[in-house]
Parts: sequence; C-alpha cells; structure tokens
Amino acid sequence: MIEVEQLTKRYGQKTAVDNLSFQVHPGHVTGFLGPNGAGKSTTMRMMLDLDNPTAGRVRIDGQRYRELAEPLKYMGALLDAKAFHGGRSAYNNLLCYAQANRIPERRVGEVLDIVGLTAVAKKKSKGFSLGMGQRLGIAFALLGDPRILMFDEPVNGLDPEGIHWIRNLMKNLAAQGRTVFVSSHLMSEMALTADHLIVIGQGKLLADTSMADFIAANSRSYVRVRSPQQERLRDVFHRAGVTAIEVGDGSFEIDGVGAAKGIGELAAQNQITLHELSPQQASLEEAFMQMTAGSVEYHAHNLDTPSGVGGAPMPPPQMPPGAAPPPPQQQWGGGWGQGPGPDQDQGQGKG
Amino acid sequence: MASIPAVLKSEWTKIRTVSSTTWTLATALLVTVALSAALSALMKSTFDDLSNVEKATFDPTFISFSGMMLGQLAMIVFGVLVVGTEYSSGSIRSSLSSVPQRGTFLFSKIAVATVLALVVGLATSFLSFFLGQALLGSELRTTLGEDNVLRAVVGGGLYMALIALFSMGVATMLRSSMLSLGILMPFFFLISQILSAVPGAKKVARYFPDQAGSKIMQVVPDAMGGEKAPYGPWGGLGIMLLWVAAALVGGFLVLKNRDA
Repeated sequence: MIEVEQLTKRYGQKTAVDNLSFQVHPGHVTGFLGPNGAGKSTTMRMMLDLDNPTAGRVRIDGQRYRELAEPLKYMGALLDAKAFHGGRSAYNNLLCYAQANRIPERRVGEVLDIVGLTAVAKKKSKGFSLGMGQRLGIAFALLGDPRILMFDEPVNGLDPEGIHWIRNLMKNLAAQGRTVFVSSHLMSEMALTADHLIVIGQGKLLADTSMADFIAANSRSYVRVRSPQQERLRDVFHRAGVTAIEVGDGSFEIDGVGAAKGIGELAAQNQITLHELSPQQASLEEAFMQMTAGSVEYHAHNLDTPSGVGGAPMPPPQMPPGAAPPPPQQQWGGGWGQGPGPDQDQGQGKG
Repeated sequence: MASIPAVLKSEWTKIRTVSSTTWTLATALLVTVALSAALSALMKSTFDDLSNVEKATFDPTFISFSGMMLGQLAMIVFGVLVVGTEYSSGSIRSSLSSVPQRGTFLFSKIAVATVLALVVGLATSFLSFFLGQALLGSELRTTLGEDNVLRAVVGGGLYMALIALFSMGVATMLRSSMLSLGILMPFFFLISQILSAVPGAKKVARYFPDQAGSKIMQVVPDAMGGEKAPYGPWGGLGIMLLWVAAALVGGFLVLKNRDA
C-alpha cells in the first residue's frame, strides 16, 4: 500500500503539488489522472524519494522509500523510457540494478522475456525506439518481483499491440494482489484499465473514487429519438409515462440505454416513423475535462471554433451501462477544438 | 541499509560495461607513458645545455613522469564520466530508485572507480618510470632502490587516482559531464600551469590540488631550479587530499539535498 500524506512540493513561488493526500491499495489498478503539468510525475518522483517534498510524506508499506533496504523488491517503477545508460546493453543495464538489490541474475533474462526484448538484450539501449525504451523501463519495474508497481504514462510510445499488452499486464499484476499505480493524461486509457481513480489538477486532489462510481456519476446514458411526427410522439410518450426531454433540434432524449427497445416497440404500435433511435453515452473524457477545466495549465487556443469545454464530442457507439468507453478515438482535450493540439498527441505529453 | 558488497558489485558492473572506462584509462596510461618517454629521451640528448643549477637539481624520477601533465586529463575525463553519465543519460533516477541511500550509492560508486584508477595509475607510474630511466641512459638514470624513489613512483599512482577522485567529486557537485569537463580541463591544463609560472600568483597556485599533489613525485625537492615550496612531498599530497575531501563532501551534500 502507498500512503501519501499532505504532500506538497514548491518550486520557488510555484506550487507543483499542493497538500495531496491519498492511498493506493493492493489488488486494484489505481489510475492517477490529470492534465499535463498537474503534478503527476512530481508526485511519483517524491514517492520514490528522488525529489524531496517541501512538506508531507509518502509511506510504502509503512516505510519511507529511503528506508527500504532493497527497494526494487518492494516497489518497481517505470519513470520514463530514458532512465538508462545508452552505452550499456539492455541486459547489463538491468543487471547492475539487479545486483544492487541482490536479485538473482536469471531474473534479468526473465523480465526481458516478459517485455519481449530478449532478441535485443545484448544491444546498446541508445538505439532503442521510444516503445522499446518503455518496455525496458517496464522490465526494470518488474525486476524485483515487487508487490507495488508504479508506471508513469506507460503507454507513451507503444504501438497498439504494446498498449494492449501493457493494459493486460497491469490488470494481471493487480489480479495477483499487487498494488498497481499508473498515471495518464488520457481518461479513455484509464477507463480501460483502472479500477480506481485519483484525479489531480494543479497539484490538488480533485477526485478519489472508484472507476464504477466515476462512470455512474459522470456518464449519463440515454436514448436519442428523432421523428418527423414530433407532436404525436410527444403524446405517445406522455400517455406511456415515458419521461422524454425535448432537445432543441427536434429530438428527444430518454434516460437509460435500455429504453431503446421499448421506445421502438411503442413507436411501431402507434405507427410513428422514426428517423433515429440511438443509445448514447456522454463521454468520460467530457466529464474529466469538466472536472479539470479550472486547473488545466497549458491551454491550446483554437482560432476557428469558439472555445469552451464540453463542446460536443462525437457520440460513442452503444455500450452496456458500466462498461468501458471506446478506445481513445476521442482523446481528452478534443473539446478545445478539432485541430491537433500538443495535449492531443498521445506520444508526447507528460504530466 | 542496502548491502554494501551488493552495491559495490553493481557499480563494478556499471563501470566495466561502458566503453568510456576502457578508452579513458587506456588513454591516460598511453599518453603518460609515451610523452614521459619522449621527454626523457629529449632530456638525455639536451642535458648538456642545462644550467649548472638545473644540472645539480636534476631529478631523473620526476622527469620520467613529465607526461602526466597531459595524461592526467584523461584521468579527469574518466572521473567526470563515471559520475556525469548518470546525469546525462538519466540513469541516476534508476540508480537512486535501486539504492535510495545516497551515501551508500555515491561512496560505492566512487570506491570502485577510485580503486580502478589507482591500479591504472600505479601501472602508468611504474611503466613511465622504467621506460623513462631506460631512455635516460646509464649516466642520468636512477633506480627504485635509491632514497625516496619508490615513494615518488607509488606517489605517481596515488596522484592519478586522486585526480580522478577529485573529478568525481566535482562532477557530483555540478551534475553534468560537460560543465565539469569545461571547468576541470582548462583549470588543470591551462590556469594552474599558467598561474604557477606568474610570479605573484605562484604563492597561491602552489596550493592548487595538482601543484601540491605532484610534489609526491619529486625525489629532489624543488627539482630543476623550481621554487621552494613551504611543504614537503607528503604535505603536498595532504593538501591535495583536502581538496579531494572538499569536493567529495560538496558532491555528497548536493546529491543528498537536491532533487534527482
């Protein structure tokens, strides 16, 4: 378990992490979410005792990281893909850290195998792509077979197959009863992997909630109905006791995706023509953006479209309630405009 | 606490798995030995042109170390890179995640690198001495059996190890290879050498680490008509040790207190 208590980090006048307290429990994937510059990486560095907090503390199973004798056996961390000496081979890079924590040398081969780098184990790591570097970082995190794992933006630079692989890896690690703490600036990514969410903005805690609660609270599912016979449809709804909200463009919205079937039958019975009958779900990205709207540090401004958070993201396809939203076709940040902004490039941004 | 033998083993793996270790140490040895040999041979052929004072205070041991002035620069590069590449590559974060106890990490790293520098330094020193004496010829040469000669030759090895150690301390303070080399190289190659030749600055310059430390390599005090120093060979080495200690303490404090 990781306990963060009133953690604060100031750089001169700027407060990067502001009185942050939360706990990360074993057996779950806990997502650590926030826009770029929210203080995610700073928090993670303080968890590893790489940076000294201005105030507050972090406990790893009750101890400070610096008090751990062989810390890789307690907690493994992927910080960034470039935390290795490029002149050393992947194997030797891991070997020196294994030796420092008295981890048997055969484990180096094992973790390289797990991340799929066995073929390039003897190659100098400076020739590695971002994705390969990320895999080497994950191998480093797994080296001591730790009970706690921490990944800072693990999907950065990975191809779709790699993203799929890391998601399953994190879920499996959590299923084994380990504590998995993973940061991301992509809500959609978190929705697919995390069981629990910790959301920060400008270094402050914005939410500490289970993923299911977050989805229930923030993703309203409804059915959109459109008909040329709007008046008749309204009467039918009224008689059937269906609560339908009339939306400006002549369509109705009825809460609950399960309503689609009944509405279709109701319309058929009354011989009403429908032009649309579609289950909808408000995107989690939208909810996340609204939550962090006041605390986004780096705004991209769009010259063409009027700005404004929550500007009509594309409706995702039908899905059962409580299910994860679709893969990151619509990344958070899209609400600022349709053009590609720095925040929308999945491979670039770091918290 | 982390297991010290385990961390030493880890640092040994780090140092032997990068190519810069080989080329810096090999350069230090080859440049020192080759240049010392060349200057010894040159000295033999021009000995008759020296003044009487210079002839009287001729130090065949010291002359066979004259290439160290240049060879020490490779030792500085070795010392700087041992620490500096942790920062330039970003591997310092992985290293400190593995060994979060700053003192254990730093002093294990430095111990391994210093032992290696000492071994290479001693090899350099003995090779330079024997080759230099051979080239000086039967009239000018000395032997290890003469008074203070063995001390000077072993001292040459100590000097090179301490130069490397000092560079490690400076690189830990500055946390950058480029910045450390940018300061140390001109300092040892130019500033120290120039100031030691300027009358007014001499008194200060002889307390610089290289000026003071190199006295250990002299058999004849104030050899070749040089200025008389207010300290002996061991006193000079002591002054150098103080510089080294200051650099290491400074480096440790920076590592302990600053964010990685």
